[in-house]
Amino acid sequence: MSNEGVIYRISGPVVTATGMSAGMYDVVRVGNEGLMGEVIELHGDKAVIQVYEDTSGMRPGEPVINTGETLSVSLGPGLLTQIYDGIQRPLPTLEEVMGVFITRGVDADAFDLEKKWTFEPVVEKGAAVEGGQVIGHVQETETIVHKIMVPPTMSGVIKSIKSGDFNVTETVCVLEDGGEIQMMQKWPVRTPRPYRQKYAPDTPLVTGMRILDFLFPLAKGGAAGIPGPFGSGKTVTQQSLAKYSDAQIVVYIGCGERGNEMTEVLDEFPHLIDPNTGKPLMNRTVMIANTSNMPVAAREASVYTGITIAEYFRDMGYDVALMADSTSRWAEAMREISSRLEEMPGEEGYPAYLSSRIAEFYERAGRVETKNGDDGSVTVIGAVSPPGGDISEPVSQGTLRIVKVFWGLDAGLARQRHFPAINWLNSYSLYPQSLNQWFRDNIAQDFPEVRTQISGLLQVESELQEIVQLVGSDALPVDQQLTLEVARMIREYFLQQNGFHEVDAFCDINLQYSMSKAILSFQDAAKNAMAAGAQLNDVVNVPARTALMRGRFEKGYVDTIESMVKDMVDEIAATVEEN
Amino acid sequence: MTGKEYRTITDVKGPLVFLNKTEPVAFGEIVSLRLADGSIKNGQVLDTSDDLVIVQVFEGTAKIDRTAGVTFMGDVFKLPVSTDLVGRILDGAGRPRDGGPDIVAEENADIIGAAINPFSRQSPHDFIQTGISAIDCCTTLVRGQKLPIFSASGLPHNDIALQIARQAKLPGSDEQFIVVFCAMGITAEEYNFFRSDLERTGALENAVLFVNLADDPAVERIITPRLALTAAEYLAFEHDYHVLVIYTDMTNYCDALRQIGAAREEVPGRRGYPGYMYTDLAMLYERAGIVKGKKGSITQFPILTMPGDDITHPIPDLSGYITEGQIVISRELHQQGIYPPINVLPSLSRLMGSCIGAKTTREDHKSVSDQMYAAYAQGRELRGLVAIVGEDALNERDKQLLDFSGVFEDRFLRQSRDEDRSIEDTLNLCWELMASIDTKYLVRLDQDWIDKYHPENRS
Repeated sequence: MSNEGVIYRISGPVVTATGMSAGMYDVVRVGNEGLMGEVIELHGDKAVIQVYEDTSGMRPGEPVINTGETLSVSLGPGLLTQIYDGIQRPLPTLEEVMGVFITRGVDADAFDLEKKWTFEPVVEKGAAVEGGQVIGHVQETETIVHKIMVPPTMSGVIKSIKSGDFNVTETVCVLEDGGEIQMMQKWPVRTPRPYRQKYAPDTPLVTGMRILDFLFPLAKGGAAGIPGPFGSGKTVTQQSLAKYSDAQIVVYIGCGERGNEMTEVLDEFPHLIDPNTGKPLMNRTVMIANTSNMPVAAREASVYTGITIAEYFRDMGYDVALMADSTSRWAEAMREISSRLEEMPGEEGYPAYLSSRIAEFYERAGRVETKNGDDGSVTVIGAVSPPGGDISEPVSQGTLRIVKVFWGLDAGLARQRHFPAINWLNSYSLYPQSLNQWFRDNIAQDFPEVRTQISGLLQVESELQEIVQLVGSDALPVDQQLTLEVARMIREYFLQQNGFHEVDAFCDINLQYSMSKAILSFQDAAKNAMAAGAQLNDVVNVPARTALMRGRFEKGYVDTIESMVKDMVDEIAATVEEN
Repeated sequence: MTGKEYRTITDVKGPLVFLNKTEPVAFGEIVSLRLADGSIKNGQVLDTSDDLVIVQVFEGTAKIDRTAGVTFMGDVFKLPVSTDLVGRILDGAGRPRDGGPDIVAEENADIIGAAINPFSRQSPHDFIQTGISAIDCCTTLVRGQKLPIFSASGLPHNDIALQIARQAKLPGSDEQFIVVFCAMGITAEEYNFFRSDLERTGALENAVLFVNLADDPAVERIITPRLALTAAEYLAFEHDYHVLVIYTDMTNYCDALRQIGAAREEVPGRRGYPGYMYTDLAMLYERAGIVKGKKGSITQFPILTMPGDDITHPIPDLSGYITEGQIVISRELHQQGIYPPINVLPSLSRLMGSCIGAKTTREDHKSVSDQMYAAYAQGRELRGLVAIVGEDALNERDKQLLDFSGVFEDRFLRQSRDEDRSIEDTLNLCWELMASIDTKYLVRLDQDWIDKYHPENRS
């Protein structure tokens, strides 16, 4: 057996080759054009290959060459600000080579191999290093220092280490055993990168979205699922997270989504400013765009490409957030390939291994002690697109079993133009317990209690609403009518947030706390005033309350909110005297 | 470049022909089958290996027996394209149907169509005025968008599509759209309706028609939209045309896809449709757009009929996940005698935000659209309540909203089939109708716009 065989059969993206020695997940070059593919099944002499490009016009008998490598990504300085397809080919390079349409048979380096980077060593000759240890720094973008690590498979004593300007393929460090280390390393995408140990998450990923941070917080190193029918705002939510979350690195995977929407992201991101650093957002971002009409096998690979890049930055000690929009398209790619393989299907035609693949993917999230002894994390936020919005389908269910945060998007809310259209009644987060201490220490001692009060009010409202549907709100006692008003304030003032508004799009977590306290102040003031004889209508309509609610669209709200609350409380108290 | 003729058919099943022992045959290669009576059928290779080749026959497999001769044509399916296509009527496989001469090719284009590099796309931002208020105000169409019409049997989606085709223009520009019309499995009656309308308005001279009717082979429908889009791409990206592609009915296309899947004994997905239907539909819908450095554009108007009016059916559902919004036709409104019966509530244009505002339509467009939508949504909801508690139980605000929902349908939605309202007229109409609601309830309107546009302040 040699590493070269011939095509036996072609069925769409699935090609069978014979006469070739191959192992599972070996990368092969298929046909006269040398299209990239991956071995996904072995049958005696036959190797079944999924091909990452269109196979039309290919014939049995054409050659197949096994490269002997598994599907890997290139990791090193130059990753940030890049825009890749599913198999890490930069889209701008593809445009230069192929024009506006993506044809096939073109290879492209993941980043510029010639560019010189300034390498500053942080270890000295004679030091014993092991895999994953940082040996030097490169200032990759204005905000991010790229840490050069010993590849996880190497270790030893440093014989020599250089300092100065090098490109990514030049050797910067030599070990006693002759091992040479360059700034670029490769890592197989389907294998998680190693770390020392996983920690329990204890810090929230602050997203600037009130409903998420306040009611359903996600921890750094956690995993969240966002299921929702089309038109409910999944993509907008994901993009807001990519823009405003306080992660140091963001990996955004557009997996099987719309071309025009992806273009909007690609056009918009380079102009956005990171609210946390004041520098361009692109400086911390890696994008992967594999639209719905690009080859299905590359779509399957895209989420692995993304998470491997995320893990690589985690290993440098960064907090990384990965957004995958949408994991349903990834699952569908698996289904499509599985059906071409004529595998016995599980539920709804998805392969039986669907849920284990989803679990393996989300399990690559986590907060870890890196091989270098630092603290790093990968947070995964996966959008799910359930058919008909029905989350009893296999991808949603497989996701919900593994993630600890569920942000359920609701078409009804979207239709009422309540954005973000996240349903506060069925969403959940299992992190508050582990994050409460952080909130107490960093925001306010009573933060968890305030949260409980707010979510309690929303719960009560939903029960009252059922009665209102039957008898109208006038039939309720005034204290319950007040509860409805308070809940309405929570919804309209606190939960609704305009993702496109200059100021409102990002809400600092301290301000979130102040706003929630403002709502409770309103409730208390109104209760007292009404106990003293004030009318609900007067209490609700005090001008200072309207001003308070409008204030969130103004800059500097965090400084003015306190006095605005005071004004409101005073005016409400004054309504008693009017009577 | 025809090769050997084989007589090695082993099985014929549904639209598929299986044959063994051939020279290496390319995946996707075009096949010609010669029957005993001398007639010729065409097909395409779906699966190829050393031992077995599966051919999908476009014209159906009737009369094919094991002695039929099979010739592989050495190339994948290509459409001869040239500007001569404009004004022509072709059948579902790209052959002239109007009795005219064959198309002399300037180029033979691969009908599968390569994906546009997302980095090379240009974000669509040119407002298209359709002259239909419901669309222009609430689900604004953008050049380069793909916006399907979700309809159902018995509803006037064809009239709406034609009205859009007739009236679509960029305000303040004389750039014309040319229409590429693609019929898949529609009836001869529907087709004649389309054709005579295009003829009547003179649009036919500026159109290309690809026609596969209900009695034409079902499998041919798989390639019809690909031919249409290939022609559209050629005209848009080689000859700078702005192309409006209307295809009807996507439901027939998906059913043909299911038919082939079943014949191949593939594992079916939801409701028997193949698991790859999402990808397959994306390969069509994603061929809309504008690319950097080219003047032309492709805007798509797919029409699909939702089986049983069910929007969660796989065909509208998967389409909705790919297209940039949808226009939903309502049976309820239709039965009330309202044309166009567009239900704006579930309708959506995802690209609307990029094309409305002071520079393109009018500064108040967004506010007005939000307010119209919100007021109508609340008014509709109140109708349910009124049915239970009666109108008298409503407060003043609710009464106004309830009345507004009626006026919205009667005056805003309703317009005649040849009424072409400018965006200016549409927005003014909105203000006129909203004036029936007390200004203090119009919370989504900026005060600036109220001062400037509210009828009370204008006169």
